[in-house]
Amino acid sequence: MREVAVIGIGCTPFGEKWGSSFRDLFVQAGTLALEDAGISGEEIGAMYVGNMSAGRFIEQEHIGALIADYSGLATAHIPSTRVEAACASGGLAFRQAVIAVASGIEDIVVAAGVEKMTDVGTGASVDALAGAADREWEGFVGATFPGLYAMIAHDYMHKYPLTREELAMVAVKNHYNGARNPIAQFSQEITVETVLSSPLVADPLRLFDCSPITDGAAAVVLAPLDRAREYTDTPVRVLASAQASDTISLHDRRDLSTLDATVVAGKRAFQMAGLTPADIDLVEVHDCFTIAEILAIEDLGFCRKGEAGRLTREGMTALDGDLPVNTSGGLKACGHPVGATGIKQVWEVVQQLRGEAGKRQVDGAEVGMTHNVGGTGATVAVHILGV
Amino acid sequence: MSSVARFWRKIPQRYNLVGTRCENCGRYYYPPRTLCPQCRRAGRIREHRFSGKGTVVTYTVIRTASEQFEQMTPYVLAIVQLDEGPRLTAQLVCRPEEARIGMRVRPVFRRISADGESGAIHYGTKFAPDTE
Repeated sequence: MREVAVIGIGCTPFGEKWGSSFRDLFVQAGTLALEDAGISGEEIGAMYVGNMSAGRFIEQEHIGALIADYSGLATAHIPSTRVEAACASGGLAFRQAVIAVASGIEDIVVAAGVEKMTDVGTGASVDALAGAADREWEGFVGATFPGLYAMIAHDYMHKYPLTREELAMVAVKNHYNGARNPIAQFSQEITVETVLSSPLVADPLRLFDCSPITDGAAAVVLAPLDRAREYTDTPVRVLASAQASDTISLHDRRDLSTLDATVVAGKRAFQMAGLTPADIDLVEVHDCFTIAEILAIEDLGFCRKGEAGRLTREGMTALDGDLPVNTSGGLKACGHPVGATGIKQVWEVVQQLRGEAGKRQVDGAEVGMTHNVGGTGATVAVHILGV
Repeated sequence: MSSVARFWRKIPQRYNLVGTRCENCGRYYYPPRTLCPQCRRAGRIREHRFSGKGTVVTYTVIRTASEQFEQMTPYVLAIVQLDEGPRLTAQLVCRPEEARIGMRVRPVFRRISADGESGAIHYGTKFAPDTE
């Protein structure tokens, strides 16, 4: 198996981009990534595009070919493949690209993610997102995505000493980081009071516990490590790529407050990289809701079950803490264009490892991790990157 | 949920809590499964009608819903563990402040949703507090 490196990254600003189309967003991110890698389109061997639900959001399918076409590459006949795993679509697209390069079948591969969510109204997007869970046995009875995570939060708070304030601190911390990220959807800092006075969405989760509806795209370029220096002075190595599945329905899980797919994917990733949680300098976790970040920190092995709330309050996960979590602002403040999120996480970690993260730079970052969840935990992709 | 057949073929399961039991390992499944995840091809799946008595494992109060459920907010959504073991997601027929983890519940037949003004009306099982 060949070692793989990231040689270029690109990301659009995230937000409600009413003036941009799905195609515009993708071309913008893809062009940035190619320019960053200093390559031309003809050098690309394959493309993998993470996208959850273009069929529902913009009534367009056949996304792989569409992306290749609007990137100006239709006549180059590059294999272009759409990858779908709900909100983990981007993480899985990255993993497919890593596998393609590692196998030796392809050399230069683009992994991208894109979602255009604001072309439909809130009710329609809530319904589309509910398709990440079991439509027949969860969505049918009125389960929404925030509702499912709210049931996780109630279960967790029943079992462990997590306070409502500690949960709010996850959002406060991520908005602080997002305010230092030029592409973030939300650039304002908030307080615990902001979270606790926001409207209830699904008890106990309030509006500021939830990631927003977002348009955006991100792209990265991969190459074999032994060729990476032909393109860049700052290649970032892919040290591990892991993926795990679990039941699609939340009600069928062994433990509602543990995402077993995260536990398994995390262990596989650490094993592949030959590292432990203590070796990780920063991590981008899937905080679609504040409770999700609490679960992720524990399920990835950064602390014991039940401790993440207290450690968040004590500052462990802050930019200057022992383990900065979601330096990009996370899904919460950076925004969550569902298919693009997994690639944006890689974009953020690569910037941090190159020392190019500006006001949110983690001093001396050498090893970073990404954690991307589909549905309520039915798919998880974990990657470890290092310099 | 526009196709009538898509709902119609699940009527026994949704109206009467009909699930399955694997006669090889004795496990009960609801929602029903046609392949036992425990025994896989060695399993022997039979229909089983659940009594519907159960306990609330966790719950939430949905305040922002999809278009189909917008008119019903706020409503209580829960994961219920049936006494035979399996868990399912369902609405609770109670006031938001009544819901609590550990609450005993019994099944009730209710309207779940409708496909717009002229589409199919979907019925199914909700759960009410069981005071017995």
